[in-house]
Amino acid sequence: MPDVEIDRPDLEKVREALVERFGAAILETSYAHKELSFRVRKEDLLAILGLLKTDQGFNALNDMIGLDHPAPLGEGRKRFSVLYQLYRFPGFQRVRVVVDLDEGEAVDSIVPLYRAAEWAEREIFDMFGIPFAGHQDLRRIYMPDEFVGHPLRKDFPLEGNEACLLKI
Amino acid sequence: MSDRIERPPFVLAKLDQLITWSQKNSLWPFGSGLACCAIEMIATAAARYDIARFGMELFRASPRQADLFIVAGTVTNKMAPIIRRLWEQMADPKWVVAMGNCAVSGGPFPTYAVLQGVDRILPVDIHIAGCPPTPQGLLNGLLLLQERIAKSHPTKEIFNPDARR
Repeated sequence: MPDVEIDRPDLEKVREALVERFGAAILETSYAHKELSFRVRKEDLLAILGLLKTDQGFNALNDMIGLDHPAPLGEGRKRFSVLYQLYRFPGFQRVRVVVDLDEGEAVDSIVPLYRAAEWAEREIFDMFGIPFAGHQDLRRIYMPDEFVGHPLRKDFPLEGNEACLLKI
Repeated sequence: MSDRIERPPFVLAKLDQLITWSQKNSLWPFGSGLACCAIEMIATAAARYDIARFGMELFRASPRQADLFIVAGTVTNKMAPIIRRLWEQMADPKWVVAMGNCAVSGGPFPTYAVLQGVDRILPVDIHIAGCPPTPQGLLNGLLLLQERIAKSHPTKEIFNPDARR
């Protein structure tokens, strides 16, 4: 893992705590625009977020973002990413945690840690078809229940496909 | 007293004309404001454009009390069954105006989420283009609808309810 230069001592402490506890589970650390991102192993996601929330005080989940990469990202990377944007106040610091997923691969639901993730996970499931293991109510949230397909995937046609056309 | 009984006042008219005259001058709209077109529809109802001049000021909140369905705005595929159901809840005779490009043809949204024209689920009488149409545009469409109603033959529908659509 290439070590990154971090000119913010507050975030450097967060990085040190994560690397000390999880080591190899942190696949990549990047630092840009004075913000810190970690790409982590999928299996350790809940433990890592738990440490960030309880020990490091990242008490708010600002946002959850799904990504479908149109082109392969390179060795060891997968098609989808789920990105967790965490926020801590007081202090007003942010960190990002990213997991990579293949098609149909499930990731642990983080609802037990952050209730705010409940609808965000439903939205990502609806738009990208990423299943969240352990979510109690994983239904579509925007599209009609009988809709077929996941509209924000890059291979989904904008006009819709035959299967999702309206039946009245 | 005896004079009045001897010579009661009366008016002669064709039944069709009498019915259509009363229908077209008391259209009660059901305003389904689905998007920005609703703003123009509300402006049409307000004092400056004053839809009451044409007997249409009674915007009803219930489809049961309305006879003109103004579909004002974008109909998404998720909303479409609800729109269809609201239309079915209206009592005959009833008319439908598709207001704005979205209701006419999907407008600027040729996507998986938007119904490509409300005439796919409802029998539309008047299409009004515009994004959104001005109040003048809506009033023009409604006056066209009044002309159409005036030319219709409601007595035929008594014997054949399917005559209108």
